[in-house]
Amino acid sequence: MAQEFRLPDLGEGLTEAELVSWAVEVGQTIELNQVIGEVETAKALVELPSPYPGVVEELLVAPGATVPVGTPIIRIATDAATPEAPARTPVLVGYGPEAAAESKRARRRSVGPETGRPEAARTDGRRPDASPAARLAARERGIDLAVVAGTGPSGAVTRNDVESHAGQSVPPEPSGTAETVQRETRTPIRGVRKQTAAAMVRSAFTAPHVTEFVTIDVTRSVELLDRLRDLPEFEGLSVTPLSLVAKAMIVALRANPSLNASWDEENQEIVTKHYVNLGIAAATPRGLMVPNIKEAQSLSLVELCRAITELTATARSGKAEPAQLTGGTVSITNVGVFGVDTGTPILNPGEAAILCLGSVGKRPWVHEGELAVRWVTTLSVSFDHRVVDGEQGSRFLSSVAAMLHDPASLLAHL
Amino acid sequence: MVDKIAYPVQLIQPDGRRVFRPDYTSLVRDIGPDQLRDLYEDLVAARRMDVEAVALQRQGELGLWAPLLGQEAAQVGSARALRPDDYAFISYREHAVAYCRGVDPGVMTRMWRGCAHSAWDPSSVNVTNPAIVVGSQGLHATGYAMGAHLDGAEIATIAYFGDGATSQGDLAEALGFSMSFNAPVVFFCQNNQFAISEPVHLQSPVPIAQRAAGYGMPALRVDGNDVLAVLAVTRQATQRAREGSGPTFIEAVTYRMGPHTTSDDPTRYRAAAETEIWKARDPIDRMRRLLEREGLLSDEFLARVQATADAVAARLRSGTVEAPDPAPLDLFDHVYSTDHPLIDEEREQYAAYLAGFAGIEEALS
Ligand SMILES: Cc1ncc(C[n+]2csc(CCOP(=O)(O)OP(=O)(O)O)c2C)c(N)n1
Repeated sequence: MAQEFRLPDLGEGLTEAELVSWAVEVGQTIELNQVIGEVETAKALVELPSPYPGVVEELLVAPGATVPVGTPIIRIATDAATPEAPARTPVLVGYGPEAAAESKRARRRSVGPETGRPEAARTDGRRPDASPAARLAARERGIDLAVVAGTGPSGAVTRNDVESHAGQSVPPEPSGTAETVQRETRTPIRGVRKQTAAAMVRSAFTAPHVTEFVTIDVTRSVELLDRLRDLPEFEGLSVTPLSLVAKAMIVALRANPSLNASWDEENQEIVTKHYVNLGIAAATPRGLMVPNIKEAQSLSLVELCRAITELTATARSGKAEPAQLTGGTVSITNVGVFGVDTGTPILNPGEAAILCLGSVGKRPWVHEGELAVRWVTTLSVSFDHRVVDGEQGSRFLSSVAAMLHDPASLLAHL
Repeated sequence: MVDKIAYPVQLIQPDGRRVFRPDYTSLVRDIGPDQLRDLYEDLVAARRMDVEAVALQRQGELGLWAPLLGQEAAQVGSARALRPDDYAFISYREHAVAYCRGVDPGVMTRMWRGCAHSAWDPSSVNVTNPAIVVGSQGLHATGYAMGAHLDGAEIATIAYFGDGATSQGDLAEALGFSMSFNAPVVFFCQNNQFAISEPVHLQSPVPIAQRAAGYGMPALRVDGNDVLAVLAVTRQATQRAREGSGPTFIEAVTYRMGPHTTSDDPTRYRAAAETEIWKARDPIDRMRRLLEREGLLSDEFLARVQATADAVAARLRSGTVEAPDPAPLDLFDHVYSTDHPLIDEEREQYAAYLAGFAGIEEALS
């Protein structure tokens, strides 16, 4: 018969380990406690002795792979005469938290379809209070806890509540071939979504964010853009407020280099960049991407327009190269294209600032002492307060705002 | 006393030759060929048992294990110096002491598997269960010894602890108390050179044994990888205790050849070269060379030793994997030796909680 050896918790409370190498191969006869391979945990590099004598039937994990505790890693055909270790539900030792989720109970539970009836579909989205026994009983009977009236402490659902609820109502399961109405869809977290989530969490919880706002009259910039569009140099390019904001931002960074920097935790250093790799957040079919324009500080406005046009096009078609997606030093996100006023963006991990451009629209505005209809927008900037103080962040933002308010002032810096 | 501290007592050299030390040799005059062979068997069985436990941990059968690899002679030599009614207070690494005291290898891993609070009945073998609290052994042993002294019992109590533990206040108190009350204790420090990753020279700039002088306690250093020397000095110290001459401090100079526990990676804090030096002083090799030199090694004998060691390891393995999981309510047993209303209340609450699940499990299968 065959025995599977599951990766044990080799330290105290470890959840995963990397399989470094195998010391045995398929077909090889091995003894009890013979070293079958090496694994590296967060704590140590250790050799794994085989818990069974027999013949290696299959190596289930490739060297280099990091697998959770509890993952079967090798299958060994054992002599039928070999007494099998008594089946035993691990209580405290030997299996980490990951494996616990894989216990007998969990596996039996997943018989139903993944997108089955929700466990708790309360309108407020909160998980209803219930005792563990009540939860188990409800899950068993396919009862949504949210629809059970609780009589326990603070209205918690007790097992009795579940039982009596089950008594009065048949679970509203559509019978026969009728299609089950799905009230929730479960989508595995993977790919870009997973990476975005990880990057956002990392950024939000390592860099203390500060966000500042400024609302400005950009009528002159809008007019300037209109005129630029007519110039032969800009033919075929999309000349948008974004390109002008990018240019102003690059100029403003010269006087405020701390926003074009990164925090190097490992070396306890702040790295100030003397070049700008300008990231542009782009909504693509695969999710959020932030490709960046390399050496943006050396580009003319025309070149910047072209670079932005090309970059966002490649990103949207899903063809952005890894090199375009890494090495950014500072970013812009243009939420204005969705018609919203502004936002509080989260920093691209490793960067110290991100500028957010809101929608540019006609608003009532006091212009030269009188109420007038002007093109107005709101800019915001989020910065890493470890690297950037409020003073520099504010100076930077007001400097960008000033250049957009009067684009002629941009010329002074070109 | 100064020279005793500077030069650890040694009766067998690493190459297996005897050392002529009349004062100590006389203490082991009764150890003839058979007894030497038995000591060797103990050393081999202890190592084999320990290696099996490490393997079981790597196989997910134990939560943790503190290997004794390299410290077999210090443990076997001292444990074999004890009489049945002497009492040993051990830390978490003294598996060979437990083995020599007669603890069934089949229960040795209970605590490390997390399926019992204690592994064996201490009073049946006069050795405590493994105790993780560093340095507590000194106080417990001293208290027990003081009690025995008051009872007029002619026994010795031995406290096992490491070099790191000597930096612990508990041990300082134990040394002080035992001297003040002339308690019949032997403080047996296995200086295995490390307290986890901290080398011993960071614990004390002078040999650990010298610390005892501050309490006025006689102390000596012994080569902890020389089972015969350890036996001799422990016999001397336990004899002093039994006859009412008070405590003794023994520093057994040895080396932890493996990791601190199965969670530790010693290559991160010590050089391979250092480990090599100590390999040359391996306590089992030394005993084997002695037996070889004295013509006491035969194939039959070696086969017998191997058989014993394998049987001990097999017993440890089967006892481990077959150990029953405790019933949830066992948690409340042995908290107090008698009934206690608060414990009863908690037990009832927990029982009611568990009863809430009755019948659901069946519905699941
Ligand atoms: C009171 C207390 N403090 C700290 C610890 C954590 N700890 C476990 S083992 C250890 C090192 C002990 O070293 P040593 O006394 O030299 O014994 P060895 O492990 O080398 O046998 C420490 C600090 C503990 N278990 N108890």
